[in-house]
Amino acid sequence: MDLCATGSAAFPGSTDRRFDAYLQLQAEVDGMPIVLALVLIAVGSVLFHFLSPWWWTPIASNWGYIDTTLIITFWITGTVFVAVVLFTAYCVYRFRHGTAERPHYEPENKKLEWTLTIATAVGVVAMLAPGLFVWRQFVTVPDEATDVEIVGQQWGWSFRLPGGDGRLGTSDIRHITAENPLGLNPNDARAKDDVVIASDDLHLMIGKPVKVLLRSTDVLHNFYVPEFRGKMDMVPGSVTYFWLTPTRTGTFDILCAELCGVGHPQMRGAVVVEDKASYEAWLGKQQTFAEATQRLKTTKTDSTPDGSSARN
Amino acid sequence: MVDTAIGREPIAPAEAGEVELYHPHSWITKYVFSQDAKIIAIQYSLTAMAIGLVALVLSWLTRWQLAFPGTLSFIDPSQYLQYITMHGMIMVVYLLTALFLGGFGNYLIPLMVGARDMAFPYLNMLSYWTYLLAVLVLVASFFVPGGPTGAGWTLYPPQSILPGTPGYEWGIILMLASLIIFIIGFTMGGLNYVVTVLQGRARGMTLMRMPLTIWGIFTATVLALLAFPALFVGAVMMLFDRVLGTSFFMPSLVSMGEQLQYGGGSPILFQHLFWFFGHPEVYIVALPAFGIVSDLISTHARRNIFGYRMMVWAIVAIGVLSFVVWAHHMYVSGMNPWFGFFFATTTLIIAIPTAIKVYNWVLTLWHGDIHLTIPMLFALAFIVTFVNGGLTGLFLGNVVVDVPLSDTMFVVAHFHMVMGVAPIFVIFGALYHWYPKVTGRMLNEWLGQLHFWVTFIGAYAIFFPMHYLGLLGMPRRYHEIGQTSFVPESAQNLNVFITIAALTVGAVQLVFLFNLFWSLRYGRASGGNPWRATTLEWQTPETPPPHGNWGKELPVVYRWAYDYNVPGAKEDFLPQNQPPDWGTG
Repeated sequence: MDLCATGSAAFPGSTDRRFDAYLQLQAEVDGMPIVLALVLIAVGSVLFHFLSPWWWTPIASNWGYIDTTLIITFWITGTVFVAVVLFTAYCVYRFRHGTAERPHYEPENKKLEWTLTIATAVGVVAMLAPGLFVWRQFVTVPDEATDVEIVGQQWGWSFRLPGGDGRLGTSDIRHITAENPLGLNPNDARAKDDVVIASDDLHLMIGKPVKVLLRSTDVLHNFYVPEFRGKMDMVPGSVTYFWLTPTRTGTFDILCAELCGVGHPQMRGAVVVEDKASYEAWLGKQQTFAEATQRLKTTKTDSTPDGSSARN
Repeated sequence: MVDTAIGREPIAPAEAGEVELYHPHSWITKYVFSQDAKIIAIQYSLTAMAIGLVALVLSWLTRWQLAFPGTLSFIDPSQYLQYITMHGMIMVVYLLTALFLGGFGNYLIPLMVGARDMAFPYLNMLSYWTYLLAVLVLVASFFVPGGPTGAGWTLYPPQSILPGTPGYEWGIILMLASLIIFIIGFTMGGLNYVVTVLQGRARGMTLMRMPLTIWGIFTATVLALLAFPALFVGAVMMLFDRVLGTSFFMPSLVSMGEQLQYGGGSPILFQHLFWFFGHPEVYIVALPAFGIVSDLISTHARRNIFGYRMMVWAIVAIGVLSFVVWAHHMYVSGMNPWFGFFFATTTLIIAIPTAIKVYNWVLTLWHGDIHLTIPMLFALAFIVTFVNGGLTGLFLGNVVVDVPLSDTMFVVAHFHMVMGVAPIFVIFGALYHWYPKVTGRMLNEWLGQLHFWVTFIGAYAIFFPMHYLGLLGMPRRYHEIGQTSFVPESAQNLNVFITIAALTVGAVQLVFLFNLFWSLRYGRASGGNPWRATTLEWQTPETPPPHGNWGKELPVVYRWAYDYNVPGAKEDFLPQNQPPDWGTG
C-alpha cells in the first residue's frame, strides 16, 4: 500500500486506484467464448479441409510429385496449426484471470527454446527436401522432349510445332505482320516447315514429353493448364520454358495466369491430349508456315519486312 | 541472463545538456504544422485511416462483383482491375506502412525510449505533409481521364504502361509520382525514427531494455530505408519509359497490332526491383506488428515476455533474411529456374525465427494471469491468423509447391491472412491499448466486444475458405471465372459466402470508427496507466502527455520492460523508471 502512495506521488499519472474497479470488471469477462472460438477454428478448419467439395482438379501430367509434396506440406503445416491453436486455447482456459496461482516469472528457458527451434528446423527440412528434389526434375528437361512453342498475345493463344526437321525456326518481333502473327523469320529454312496454329486448339500426344517454349509478342502472360500443374510466365523479349508429359486424354482449358490487361480473364484456349493415331491424323491436316504464306501470296502481295536479327 | 537485474547496468550521467524544443506560438503551429511527434502521429493515423476507408469500399465493390457478377452495372472489367489495384496499393503502402511507422512509430518511439521528441522535429513535420501530398496525388488519379491504373498493385510492365490496361494514360503516371513522393516523405520520417532510437534514449534505456515494440518499429524502419530505394528507382525508370520513351523495362513488342519504338529493356528487371522492395515490405508491416503484439500479450497476461533476447534476435534475423528471399515471388516469372533452389531455401529458413516468435508469444500466455481485455483478444486473434497465414507461406515458398498455386486465389488468401488480417488485428489491439494514453479515455468496451467478434470470426471466414478456390485452380485478378471445365458451380456459392462475410466485417469497422469518435467525448476516464503497464509511455506526468512529454525531468530507466509479477514485489508490475529499492523490499 505504501508503494501505491509513493507511486502516485512520484508518478502522478500512474496507477489510479479508482481504475481497479474497471480492471475488476474486465477480469470478470468470461473467458469461455474465446476458448470455444479457438477450439472451433482448429476443429472447423480440419473438418472443412476434409469435408468440403473444393479440391484440386484431377491431374493430367507427370507432375504427381508436385501433388505429393503439397500433401506432405498440408500434413505438416496442418498439424502445427492445430497444435498451436489448441495449445493457445488451453493456455487461455487454464491461465485466465481468477483461475489461480501467481504467474511464473521466467525470462527465458534455454532448453525449451532450443528444443522448439530444432524441432521447427526438422519440419522445415521435411518439406524443403522433397520440394527441392522435385524441383530438380522440373528444371531438368529430358533429351527426348519435343519442342512446342506457345505464343501469347492480347488476348489469345497461338501455337507452333516443329516440321519434319524436328526444329523450330527463328522468330523476331520485327517480322510480325497480319499475315505472320508469330513473327517467324521468312528467310530461315527451318521455319518454313513449322506448323503454325493460329486459331485452333493445341493437340498433344499422350505419354510424349514436351518442352513448352513460351513467347509473348506484347505483355506478360502465363500459360496455365490447371490439370498439368506446371505454369510459367511468357515474357516479351525472351523465351521461357518448362516441360511435362501428358498422362491423360481429354480436352483441357488453357487460361492466362498473369495479368495482361482488360481481356485477361477471356484469354482462353484448349489443349487436346490424345493417342498417337489421332494426334498424327490431326497433325497431317495442319498447314506449314510456307504453305500458309504461299496461300496468302496468291491473294495479296507479301509485305513481310526484311529482318536481320534472329532468336530462338 | 536477460538484463532484468535491477541496477546491474550503471546509469551513465547525461552526456549533453537538453536542447530546447521549438515551442509553438499559435494554434496553427501547435495542431496543424506541428513539430510534436504525437500530433504528427495522429495526423498520420487519421490520414491513413481516411485513405484506408477508400480501400475498404473498393474491397466491397470487388467482392460484390465476384459474388454477383454483372449486378452492379458500373463495374466493368476495367473498373474491377482499377479497384483491386488501388485497394492493394493503398492497403500495403498508404495505410499499413504509414500507420505502423508514421502513426505508431511517431507516437511511441519518443515516449517509449524516454525522449522529449524526435531527433529532427522539423523534418518530421515535413515527412507528414509530404505523405499527405502523396495521398492526394493518388486520390487525384480517380479523377483523371481513363481513371486510376488497373495494372495490379505490382504494376508489372509492359502492360502497366500500354493500351489494353486501364489507366495507362494518366493513372499510372500519377501512381508512380505518388509512390516517389511517398518514399521521399517516408525517408524523412524514417531517418528520424532510426536516429531517435539510437541517440535519443533516456539514461539507463540500453538497447536490450527496449520494449519489443520499439525493436520492431526500429528494425522495420531500417528495412524500409534500405528497401524503398529499389521501388524508387523502379518507379522513376518506369515513369521515364512511359513519359520519355526510354526502354528500361520495355523490349521490342507489338501492342494492339502496332510495332512500338521500344527495344532492349527487361520486364523481369522491374520485377526484381519491385520485389527487392516488396518482400522486405511484408516485414516492414509485420515487424512492428510482432513488436507491438509482444507488448500487448505481456501486459495483458501480466507476465514477462518469454525469451526476450531470442525475440530481439529473431526480429533482427528476419530483417536480414528478408533481403535475400525476394525472388520467391518470381518462381514462375521466367527468371532462370535454377534460382529456385536458393530462394526456396532462404525462404523456408526464415520460417525458423518466425516460428520462435510464435512459440514465445504462446509461452508468455503459459502460466500467465490472462486478462481477456480487447487488446488481448485481438492479440489472440493475431496469433491464430498469423500462424495460419505463415504456414501457407510454406506452400508458396517451397518452389515446386508454388508452381500450381502461384497466381491463384490461394496466393490472395495467403497474403491477406498474413499481412492483411494479422497485422490489422495488431493495429486494432494497439488502438484499444494506447487510445487511453492519446485521449485520456477508454474506448467503449461493449462496442469493442462487438467489433472484435465480428471482425475475428468474419475475417477468418473470408480468407480460410478462399485458399481452396486457389487449390481448385481459380486464378486471381479475374472479374469473373466464366466457363471452365475444372471449377464446379458450387464454387460460386463459396464466393457468395465470402462476400457476405466480407461485407459484414466491413460494416463493423464503421462501428469501430464510431467508437473512436464517441469515446473521445463519452469514454470512461482512464487515468495515466489503466493497464498497469511497465513501459515509459504509461509513466508520463500528464495524460495525454503534453509537448515535451516529461515535464521538468527526463525519466531514468532502471529495468527492462517486462517486470510483471516479479517474485517478492508487492505490485504485479514494476515500471521501467522505478528505482531498485522500491517494491522489491
